[in-house]
Amino acid sequence: MTAAATITSSYYLTLAAALFTIGAVGLLVRRNTLVMFMCIELMLNAANLTFVAFAKALNDISGQAIVFFTLVVAAAEVAVGLAIIVAIFRRRQDVTADDLHVLEG
Amino acid sequence: MEALVFYVCAVAIIAGALGVILAHNPVHSALFLLMTLVSVAVLFVQLDAALVAAIQVVVYASAIVVLFVFVITLLGVDKNESFEEPSLFQRPVAILLGVLMFAQVVVIAGNHWATGAHSTHGQLDGARTGNVENLARSLFTDFIWPFEITAVLLVIAVVGGVALARRSGQRPPERQRSEP
Repeated sequence: MTAAATITSSYYLTLAAALFTIGAVGLLVRRNTLVMFMCIELMLNAANLTFVAFAKALNDISGQAIVFFTLVVAAAEVAVGLAIIVAIFRRRQDVTADDLHVLEG
Repeated sequence: MEALVFYVCAVAIIAGALGVILAHNPVHSALFLLMTLVSVAVLFVQLDAALVAAIQVVVYASAIVVLFVFVITLLGVDKNESFEEPSLFQRPVAILLGVLMFAQVVVIAGNHWATGAHSTHGQLDGARTGNVENLARSLFTDFIWPFEITAVLLVIAVVGGVALARRSGQRPPERQRSEP
């Protein structure tokens, strides 16, 4: 543990990049809208991790303040999104994204 | 010690994220998501962001994941999802695009472009007593206007959620109105 013992901000940025990539690929691959939502949460968390890593690297509290707003947006997005999913499920009895290719009521 | 915590949490984060997108059952995906979120919170603590870590556990790991599990069980969609490919080449192209994006971000993160100016005010280890006070001071001075807009956003989300959750065309139940 000589060179690897020091964890620089590049390590955190790379980890956040991997997390974001997994979320993006999952969003493209999965068909269940609930799992797609979870993938969006993964991507938001990757962005949060980047913000906090930069806040540490640059000694700036603003990065953590921005994470607060990201959290608020994520919470609002989940509340509205899950309400939309429930509304869709009432009508279609299914939450698969492939069945929702027509914008009709 | 720092390296040990980082590597353990990194493995947990990546494993949880892969579990989210590979699990057949949505409930398992939600639990893997919980693992990832808690591991990210541990990394937040290591990055001197104690308050953000606490909020991460309270808001994400409890509220949002519980909401997910609640909706999954409410809708009864916790049956296994078939994984056959609906459209040709979608999965390989998605993975290829993901690998490309990852390579781009790694190149940017590993070089000197990942830089910025150091703060002149609102420093992380400022003269104030702790992370909570530093963050609160920044939030209520520099970011007071976005903070107010956040309140508007939450009100819109609450109203929108209620409006969507009601059945369309449904009237609220008639109340027996007692005359004052």
